[in-house]
Amino acid sequence: MTPKEHTMTTAYTPDLSIITDEIHPAVGPWELPVFLEEHELPSRAGDRVIQFREALREAMSEEMRRDQRVFLLGEEVAQYNGAYKVSQGMLDEFGEKRIIDTPISENGFAGMAIGAAMMGLRPIVEFMSWSFSLVAADPILNNAPKMLYMSGGQWGCPIVFRGNDGAGGQLGSTHSWCVEGLFSNVPGMKMVIPSNPYDAKGLLKTAIRDPDPVFFLESERMLGDRAHVPEEEYYIPFGRARLMREGDACTLVSWGRPVHFCMEAAEALAADGVECDVLDMRTIRPLDIDSIVASIQKTGRVVVVDQSWPFGSVASETVTQICEHAFDWLDAPPMRVNTRDVPTPYAKGLEAVYLPNAGRIVEAVMEIAR
Amino acid sequence: MTQATTTARGSSSARPSDALPNETLLKWLHDMQLIRDFEARTMQMYQQAKIGGFCHIYSGQEASAVGCTASVNHDDPIVLAYRDHGHALARGMHPAACMAEMFGKLSGCAKGKGGSMHMFDKPNWLFGGHGIVSAQNPLGTGLAFAARYQWEVLGSGPKKVALTFLGDGALDQGALHEAQNLASLFGIPVIYVLENNGYSMGTALHRHTANCENLLDRARAYGMKAIGFDGLDIRNVYDHMKPLVDECRDLQRPAFVDMKTYRYQGHSMSDPQKYRTKEEVESFKERDSIANLAAYLMKPTEEGGRGCLTEDEWKAMQKEIRQTVLDAVEYASNAPDPDPATELATDTYAYPIKNLSPSEHYSHGAKNPLL
Ligand SMILES: Cc1ncc(C[n+]2csc(CCOP(=O)(O)OP(=O)(O)O)c2C)c(N)n1
Ligand SMILES: [Mg+2]
Repeated sequence: MTPKEHTMTTAYTPDLSIITDEIHPAVGPWELPVFLEEHELPSRAGDRVIQFREALREAMSEEMRRDQRVFLLGEEVAQYNGAYKVSQGMLDEFGEKRIIDTPISENGFAGMAIGAAMMGLRPIVEFMSWSFSLVAADPILNNAPKMLYMSGGQWGCPIVFRGNDGAGGQLGSTHSWCVEGLFSNVPGMKMVIPSNPYDAKGLLKTAIRDPDPVFFLESERMLGDRAHVPEEEYYIPFGRARLMREGDACTLVSWGRPVHFCMEAAEALAADGVECDVLDMRTIRPLDIDSIVASIQKTGRVVVVDQSWPFGSVASETVTQICEHAFDWLDAPPMRVNTRDVPTPYAKGLEAVYLPNAGRIVEAVMEIAR
Repeated sequence: MTQATTTARGSSSARPSDALPNETLLKWLHDMQLIRDFEARTMQMYQQAKIGGFCHIYSGQEASAVGCTASVNHDDPIVLAYRDHGHALARGMHPAACMAEMFGKLSGCAKGKGGSMHMFDKPNWLFGGHGIVSAQNPLGTGLAFAARYQWEVLGSGPKKVALTFLGDGALDQGALHEAQNLASLFGIPVIYVLENNGYSMGTALHRHTANCENLLDRARAYGMKAIGFDGLDIRNVYDHMKPLVDECRDLQRPAFVDMKTYRYQGHSMSDPQKYRTKEEVESFKERDSIANLAAYLMKPTEEGGRGCLTEDEWKAMQKEIRQTVLDAVEYASNAPDPDPATELATDTYAYPIKNLSPSEHYSHGAKNPLL
């Protein structure tokens, strides 16, 4: 290929017509997977019971078999088989050119992966913990989500960053980060926070097939959770909340691990005759506000449960959107249950009170329920 | 640091640039002068408030961008920091696209969304100017990583080398060190090209980098080849860069280059330059890369020159370039502004879906003018 030369006579007459393709041409020809409606997806019932970590591994392995441009890099992902055994066995199948152990250089390898994505590869970056991604804040926040915009639509950044988010269990303040509030603030990125193995697999496969940078937040506390995950291939579209439980007294909205606390709370409340809708948002950018509004139209009450700090959190964003879109339907002020607004403590008893839990959710519901 | 690696190569025998035809060297002269003239006009436009934000002028360092670009293939990726107009032009970006970008126009190379510090040119494999000091170093490492992956794993594409330009200020950033470690560890064909102009803003090299006399040792400690040379003489730049690029391409290994250069203007357009003397600036202007190359091309062959340019031809070239740049300015002045209704919330997501934002309905806007 010869360079385009700026000779004296070349006129500059760019074509500025509006892009009509569904996917921005900056990422090259792009094939989306087939997305089914929730009721068309393979059944959640069955006996192919696997762990959350295995569901993640299946998602990555299937996509790596499908597309050679997909590769995984991160600390301990290869020879050690993953610090949390998510990538167990993947080195054997895909070899060291595609399952890559990195040094502890989050800034370096995240930035490197972004460069690779710009060149046309499809990196999956594993952060041992999202807590450690803070030293990679510049590449993951300043480069990946803004590349398409800053380049005026010349380069996108199809990349997945994934790892453990939230309190892992007495890890103290530095290791218990919930980055969702902080990071989801940045336009250009998508954020996924699954709560169970079935969704984790379907959402991670979608994340790998998505042409935008996807921040995929897992929880160390859930990696051992087991559920049926079907044999058939499926992709779960972003931006669709899942109604986990139905009731008309109050809507509980959450994502990731606290969805389980909501379910616990809903069960306890049901024993007292208070039935709740429980919505698992699954992705928070996009945030399926439509499903939240639809539920509030029925219940008139809402509690948002978020395992990050309250100030400027995803909960505050959700509550704001609720006020904007469902104000007339509310019979009580929207409530939020966040992590307590202090650094994460170490002591077991302190950490238990610090985190959102079923007890605090029940209290919040009782405060506004009839 | 050994003496041999920092001095200019002897003019004796096999200088790689000696093998190049006159047309190539004339093109270098043209491109360097284009950058010089373009930057002069950029300053003027900045003073007239046609250009906003931070704006960093490349004048004085032209031999680096043009000489380095000449030593790689056109499809070898390049990434750099914010002092990027020169590299964009050297890579082949149309001056009108570059000027229109600084004017914040829709037909600028980044549709007015990037500005002076963020010049991107996909057809010319320029992966951006980047505003955060040293952010480009991991990115460039990734470009080269991908190039190697494409060659080795996917079996598509030739062996490539990526160039990552950095200023001396970036020497002190962790990102560079992480990138160099990764590059050497993984065998990544990237060359970190230090455009060592002696200053990080107003802070002289010896005041911001410890043991700055031994910069090559730092890179060598990571296990990569490191060379230093004078970057004001473009033939010298090419003579050092070309063999290094060939070697890195062949061996798929990284390298580090300490290229001594000098910027004539202040750090940015708002720099009173209290940290250096006028005499210092003048002393470098006496070694001006453009004047030197022009003199070499005019000097008869029997006196060791090329004898391929007359004074009149050089004047004509300058005149033509002047017109090209004026045309670019005129183009930029008349180019359409981006319409907020169609451009503010576009190019944000490649696949914009519902509910990504409480305030925006993202869509796609105009095609990029360079594509
Ligand atoms: C991380 C970061 N810190 C500070 C700045 C502000 N800043 C911009 S350029 C610059 C000096 C860098 O000098 P150098 O790397 O030598 O490049 P040069 O300007 O000489 O080309 C500084 C401090 C920045 N852009 N990014
Ligand atoms: Mg400098």
